[in-house]
Amino acid sequence: MPWGINRRRVVTINDGRPGERSISMACMHCTDAPCAAVCPVSCFYTTADAIVLHDKDLCIGCGYCFFACPFGAPQYPRVGNFGGRGKMDKCTYCAGGPQQDNSGVEYAQYGSNRLAEGKLPLCAEMCSTKALLAGDGQMIASIYRERVQRRGYGSGAWGWRTAYKETVGV
Amino acid sequence: MIARILPALALAFGLAIGAPATAQIGGPVSGTPQNPIASPATADELELQKALTGGRIAGRVSIPDATSGSLIQPEGRGWRDFHNVTLTWIGGIAVLGMLVILVIYYATRGKIMVDAGLSGRTIQRFNLLERAAHWMTASTFIVLALTGLNLTFGRFLLLPVIGPEAFTAVSLWGKYAHNFLAFPFTLGVVLLFLIWVKDNIPNGKDVAWFKAGGGLLGKGHPPAARFNGGQKMVFWITVIGGTLVAVSGYVLIFPFMVTDIAGMQLAHIVHGVISLLMIAAMMAHIYIGSVGMQGAFDAMGSGQVDLNWAKEHHSLWVEEEMNRARNTVAPTGARAAGAD
Repeated sequence: MPWGINRRRVVTINDGRPGERSISMACMHCTDAPCAAVCPVSCFYTTADAIVLHDKDLCIGCGYCFFACPFGAPQYPRVGNFGGRGKMDKCTYCAGGPQQDNSGVEYAQYGSNRLAEGKLPLCAEMCSTKALLAGDGQMIASIYRERVQRRGYGSGAWGWRTAYKETVGV
Repeated sequence: MIARILPALALAFGLAIGAPATAQIGGPVSGTPQNPIASPATADELELQKALTGGRIAGRVSIPDATSGSLIQPEGRGWRDFHNVTLTWIGGIAVLGMLVILVIYYATRGKIMVDAGLSGRTIQRFNLLERAAHWMTASTFIVLALTGLNLTFGRFLLLPVIGPEAFTAVSLWGKYAHNFLAFPFTLGVVLLFLIWVKDNIPNGKDVAWFKAGGGLLGKGHPPAARFNGGQKMVFWITVIGGTLVAVSGYVLIFPFMVTDIAGMQLAHIVHGVISLLMIAAMMAHIYIGSVGMQGAFDAMGSGQVDLNWAKEHHSLWVEEEMNRARNTVAPTGARAAGAD
């Protein structure tokens, strides 16, 4: 992965003040993805698992997806002149790209395709507190519902409504 | 229907750590969990709910890229609407509308001829510096306009025709051309401004020129100095529009150096709208400077225009030039040169 690319980042809001929270943010793989809507070369596609991926061979690095994305997911390697952007990189949900699954070219461009290996995304797999979950939408929603009932907060699904245009039924 | 598997990016539930349980504050702690809905919400919870009602949320990050501290920027959706809907409509109406107007104008009025016919004698209208500055601006503008239009309309018009790979190649080179040619274009706008501003200050004659239809509508040629009302308009569109487009473009070419993402979205909006309006205006300019009027192209081609053309379109300017020529024939003490 090129230098300066952060597919996932932790943002601390109200840092050092009451109400401090640390939110881990990456591509939300939106239902109606703004990046795909504004891409001038139509390099985005949604997989059968509803994961939003893009084709780096088609990307021209214009930066439009970054303007449209509410979550700051698209990242660009700094290449060439001025602030010239290279081909965009973002969280792939560890699902690779359009090439043959787990091929060398796919790995070089997008990193591991863990989903094709039957594994979960790395972030969810290694999150020690299971704050990050991945998997089937219904299952995640039910786990979340259970947590809300046990712990008593109801609106912690950061960006859920923006990304999927629906509320989490609790 | 699509598989509604929604890869649950419930990932962002980063709240599991450190979020105080309501039960600890709101009610008595007991072995069995309380119904959270019944217990009063904590201040934290209210603040969180407020934060989630929409609006920008930013915080601190520990990575060097400080701009990634923006957690959610819902303004992206507004920008998306602008880019996909508003800009497309503005562009379509401006560009196609101007095309229709020009075609109708050509069909009804036809080419504007020199009424008195060509005289065969010419007068210098633009010198080499003026023409060079004009063509540097014009040629870069055309490339910038086409590559810019490609970014907005190419995916609908060109992509289905030539296929994704070829379209990406065109767009990628278009992006490079757009970024690099911005500099000679800006230089051209500055040069044009410096060279021609003294002849382009609007005055009463321009009002009269516009009232008379500028010779475009109706017959006859209202008197005009070096530049008539319409040309002055083109000049100011180029200078003001070009400046706005250039400044907003540099904001976009150097991301985050001048402003944040909200500023860049605004810069893109200004850049897109002004560019499209300029393209429409320049289509009219190109028309009247080429197929639309006999003798007009020579002004920027060879720089020498036909005297009758000049008398009809720029009567005051011709008079002035003639007077100057008459008064500067022989400096005092000059002697006839040559075979004497």
